[in-house]
Order: sequence, then C-alpha cells, then structure tokens
Amino acid sequence: MTVKIAARHVSAFYGDVRALDDVSIDIDTDHVTALIGPSGCGKSTLLRTLNRLTDTVPGARVEGDIRLDGRDIHGRDMDVVELRARVGMVFQKPNPFPKSIYENVAYGPRIHGLARGRGELDAVVETSLRRTGLWDEVKDRLSDRGTALSGGQQQRLCIARALAIEPEVILMDEPCSALDPIATARIEELIGALSGRYAIAIVTHNMQQAARVSQRTAFFHLGRLVEYGDTSDIFTNPRAERTKDYITGRYG
Amino acid sequence: MAGITLLVLLIGLASIFWQLARARAVQFRRAVRFGSLPAQHGWTVALWAVLPALALLVVWQIAAPALVTDAVLRTPAAADLPPPGFARATLLSQARALATGHGAESVEPLSRRLAPAYAAATRRSHWIATVAVLALAIGAGAAALARVRAGTPARTRVERLVTALLFAASLVAILTTAGILFSLVWESGRFFATVPAQRFLFGTHWSPQSIVDDAPGDVLGALPLFWGTFFIGAVIAMAVAVPLGLLSAIYLSQYAAGSTRRLLKPALEVLAGVPTVVYGYFGALTVAPAVRRLGMALGMADASSESAMAAGLVMGVMILPFVSSIADDSLIAVPVELGEASLALGATTSETVRQVLLPAALPGVAGGVLLAISRAVGETMIVVMVASAVATLSVNPFASATTVTRQIIDLLTGEATFDSPKTLAAFALGLTLFVVTLALNIAALALVRRHRVRGG
Ligand SMILES: Nc1ncnc2c1ncn2[C@@H]1O[C@H](COP(=O)(O)OP(=O)(O)OP(=O)(O)O)[C@@H](O)[C@H]1O
Ligand SMILES: [Mg+2]
Repeated sequence: MTVKIAARHVSAFYGDVRALDDVSIDIDTDHVTALIGPSGCGKSTLLRTLNRLTDTVPGARVEGDIRLDGRDIHGRDMDVVELRARVGMVFQKPNPFPKSIYENVAYGPRIHGLARGRGELDAVVETSLRRTGLWDEVKDRLSDRGTALSGGQQQRLCIARALAIEPEVILMDEPCSALDPIATARIEELIGALSGRYAIAIVTHNMQQAARVSQRTAFFHLGRLVEYGDTSDIFTNPRAERTKDYITGRYG
Repeated sequence: MAGITLLVLLIGLASIFWQLARARAVQFRRAVRFGSLPAQHGWTVALWAVLPALALLVVWQIAAPALVTDAVLRTPAAADLPPPGFARATLLSQARALATGHGAESVEPLSRRLAPAYAAATRRSHWIATVAVLALAIGAGAAALARVRAGTPARTRVERLVTALLFAASLVAILTTAGILFSLVWESGRFFATVPAQRFLFGTHWSPQSIVDDAPGDVLGALPLFWGTFFIGAVIAMAVAVPLGLLSAIYLSQYAAGSTRRLLKPALEVLAGVPTVVYGYFGALTVAPAVRRLGMALGMADASSESAMAAGLVMGVMILPFVSSIADDSLIAVPVELGEASLALGATTSETVRQVLLPAALPGVAGGVLLAISRAVGETMIVVMVASAVATLSVNPFASATTVTRQIIDLLTGEATFDSPKTLAAFALGLTLFVVTLALNIAALALVRRHRVRGG
C-alpha cells in the first residue's frame, strides 16, 4: 500500500473557531477514502488543508504535519503551485470556467506548460474527456461554453479538468450533491474506474454512496476524527456509539 | 396662509378619524382571525378623510383665480374697464396686488376702486373652499368609518395605497427629467431653426464672441468642442483612470490582506468625496503649469497652460476611485468557486486574475468604464478651471482644448439676451451632451445587467 498523503495531528482554525482538532489520517492509492460526518464537522476543511486552499481564506490557520510522498507540504521546498497541481480537487457545486468546454480542460495543461503544440493539447483534452465519459457527448461542440452543459455534465467536465494535469491525488467535496441519481451513478462509476491510479478522498453525506464507492471510511464529529477504518467494518460494526448513531440515521 | 390652516385642520381631522376607526375595529378584533389590524382600518379611514378633500383643495386652488376674477368683473366698477387686452390685464393685476396688500404707489384709480371687490371675492372664495373641503373630509371620513366591519379588507387597501404613493414618489424624478428634456428639446429646436444641425454638429469654427446676426451658423460649429470633450474625458482621463483603477481594484480584491484592504478602500472612497472645485484649482495651479513646462521641454512651441493633458490628468484622478470601486465590485461578484477552481489547479493568483476573474468581471468593468466616461464628459468644474476658453481642433495633448460644458458656462455667463442664437446654442450643446450621456448610461446598464445574469 502506498500512502500518498499522511496528515498528523492536524488542527485548523478560522480566526478563533477551531474547525479541526488533532486529526491524523492517511490517503492512499489503493483505496478510496470516504469522509463522512454531520454538517460543520470539518470535512471540507480537512480537504482544503490537504491542498492548502485554506491559505486563501483570510484568518484561517493550520497546525500539524501534512506530508505528500513524505515531503512536508508546508516546507520550503514545496511550492503551493506544485502541491495543488499534484493534488486535484473537485468541488461540491460544479464550477466550470465561463469558457469553452475545450478551454476548461486545456486550462491546467496550458498553465503548467504540459503540452507542446496544439496537437498534444488536443490529445490531452480528448483523453481527459474520454476518461470522464464526456467525450462522445461533447466532441461536436467543444467550443460551446462549459456553463451551457447540464449539471452532471458540468461536474464531469470539472473532473476532466482536474484529470488533465495528471494529479496524483483527487479530493472530492460532495461531488454529487447537486446531481440527480443517474448523473450520480455515472460519477460513482468514474470514481471506481479512477481508483487504484489516483489516491482519492471523497466527502459525502450519502451513506449508501460512501458504502458503494469507498474502501476506507473516516467519521468526523465536531472537528475530531472519531473513527477511521475499513468501510465494511465501519458500516457493519462501528466501534464508537456516535458513529453507529450517525450511520443508522439516529443522529440528533 | 389659509391653505396651511386648512391643511393643519385636515391632518387633525385625519388623526381623529384614525383613532375612531381603530377604536371601532378593536371591538371586533376577535371576530376574524388574521383579519386586518385595527391600525390598518385607522389608515384606510384617515386616508378616505384626507385624500378626496386634498384633491378638492388642489382643484379649487387651480380654479379659484379665474372664479375670483369673474366675480370682480360682475361688479359695477368693472364696467369702466377697457376691452380685453394688455391694458385690462394690467389694471386687474394691480387691483389684485392692492387687495392682497402689495400695493405700489402709482396705481390707476380704476384699480383702486376694483381692489375692495377683489378682496371680498377672494375672502368669499376662501370661505367656500374651507367649508367645502372640511365638509368633504368629514363626509367621506364618516362614510368610511361606517363601512369599518370585521371583514373589510383594510389591509389590502392600505397596501394598494402604499404602492400608489411609492409609485408617485418614483414618478417625480422621472417627470422632472422628462420636463428638463422637454425644455432642452424645445430651446434646441429654436436654435436649429436658425442654425442648421449639420452646421452646428460638424462645423469646425467656434467663436461665439464674434457672432454676426445674419449668419450665426458661421461661428457656431461645435466640432472642436465635441473633440475636446472626447479627448479630455474619454481618452486622456480614461488612460489614467482605467489602468490605475483596475490595478488598484485587483490589488484590493485579490492581494491585499484584510487590514490593508480595510485601510485602503475607505481612503480611495474619500478621494471620491473631494469636491471637484478642489481638483480644479489643484489642476489650474499645479498640474497645468507642470504639463506646460513638460511640453516646452519636449520642444513643443504651442504647449499651453490650458492643455487637454492637464484637464484630462486631473479628471482621470477624479474618476479613478469610481472606476476602482466598480471594478472591485465586479471582481468580488465573480463567484468564489471560479477563483478556487483555478487555484486548485495550481494556477497562481495573477494567472487566476488574468485568465478567470477578469474575463468573468469584464462586462461589469466595461459598464463601469462607460459610466465613468459619461461622468467625465459631463464634468464641468475641472474644465472651467483648467481647460481653455478657446476652441481649437488639435490632437496634440499639450495644446489648448475646450469642452462642451466649459462652453455652455461661457455662453450663459455673458450679457446676451435669452433669445439670441448664442444662448440658444448652450441648449443645443446641453441636448447633445444629454443624448450622449444617456446613450452611455443605457449601454453601461445593459452590460452590467448582463453581467449580473451570468454571474448570479
Ligand atoms: N471561511 C470560513 N470562515 C469561518 N468559519 C468557517 C469557514 N469555513 C468553515 N468554517 C467553520 O468551520 C467548521 C467546519 O466547516 P466545514 O465546511 O469544514 O464543515 P463540513 O463538514 O464540510 O460541513 P458540510 O457537511 O456542511 O459541508 C464549521 O463550524 C464552519 O462554520
Ligand atoms: Mg463541506
């Protein structure tokens, strides 16, 4: 098993509010890790500490040690651009740029100078769109605006956009919460296909989804990591009383 | 005077009716759940008492002078009046003045004889008005009071009335604008009757001082003014305000730490509060001479101390906070998720600004620039103090230049009579300015609105 991201004793603060309290967790390539827990327990905050998107929030502060392939992500030799290029993110609300479908996917490769010439860029765009199953749906209208797609297509476009720079980790923050069941099923299928190649962490409020897509599950409560283990164990045999209450829907 | 007493009386009546209706409504308060509130019944009845009475009062105020004059003409003394015409009107107005106590010394004897009749008729008219208005108020109020029942939809009535009042309030501004526009168009029409429009719009010679009566169009070619206005307001001022405003907005919205932003943003906004006359003398005393020296140093013999450059620079600084604030708003209105999406792909802040935020904010920014141009073009004080009075047509920013607003001031501050082509030209200039500004504002609003639709 290859641990991609190792977070140790991570705490996060927004001003004086503590959003994460001493969280230690591993994200690895062989498993999809699901993060579950009641609203406001710090799931999004944890994801955002992993690619240092917390840096953009005024007043936010992160403590503890986070390593990507053993390298401290806050260290001097780790540039935030490199970190974010290697750790991709998919957001809760589909957020394609108000540009063409093509330009949305080409955005990352262009910024990082990954493709030499138009031909290579075209190839990257096509591969990324194919991997999200969007290619056949949009190949004839690559110059249409990304925002003109349906919600599910937009979310797959956002995933394709993230895949286009070949990240090593993909963080997904409730990627299906704005989608209907069919679009959700497609994304779940996609996550299954991507796992193994990428280290994936997915936040979800949908217990069935967590059970379907993940092999490891972490349950958070009030900023603390309450329980972390194999998904099958957590759902069939939770150790903590609070976990049990939450996954059985008895959480008050 | 009588009018004010009457108004006070009406308000008193209204408050009495308000109390009565409320008291009445309180009695059956429990009868209907969620029925109208007693106060709402109070308002309905009070308004019934006041509004028809007020309407009557207004009608009376309009009709009264004619009725009074009629009454006076029916008195025996009026038999000696000359036939309708100027003399008769003068006599009558003197009599009216006497009756209201504004008598002058040299009054015609006939007017003096008519004055008492005037006074009596006026007094009678006041009495009738007072009695009629109060009677109507009491009658209508009482009728409304009698209609107060459990089921009376007072709530909807009050709402409808509030709507009507608000509508009337918003109508005031619109009607005023329409009135101004009408007078502009009217006076301009008279101007264009003597000077052909294409002469005025495209003529290149402007020197209203040397106007000759039989061919005013020869010296009223306003093209140099339009050019000067455009050059100063839309080119030089924007060359200063747009880049600086945009860059400061980018810094403030994307880079500045919270504390810096809290300090800098109000500071910029204070700049917007500096009276333009202060910018004006700063421009006239400091910027204009400096620009002239610069022009001389660059070897320009015609470098003027009333240059387009000086006026444009000062105006640009004046407009800068406006542009910056609109650009800041537009950038902040771009959904946070777009910026985050770009950052999460490993883009730097400047790449994110250039490739995602600015394009998304562009319609808003462009709208803001159009609004800024429309402001600069209409700005008067700075150009009165810094720009030239002489109209020249030159693309050299160091040469002297004038603007439409500056020339309007000059045209209207002369001793010329109100009807001369010279003063009427001011209206034509004003109309042109109005039309251009209006078009700019409409375009800007359309852009900003489209931005909102897409952003939200
Ligand atoms: N930008 C912010 N400023 C201040 N406090 C914040 C900010 N973002 C999150 N918080 C606070 O941090 C805590 C954790 O928030 P977070 O968004 O991580 O929760 P979450 O588990 O993702 O919840 P949800 O399931 O509703 O998305 C909450 O108490 C929240 O109010
Ligand atoms: Mg969240």
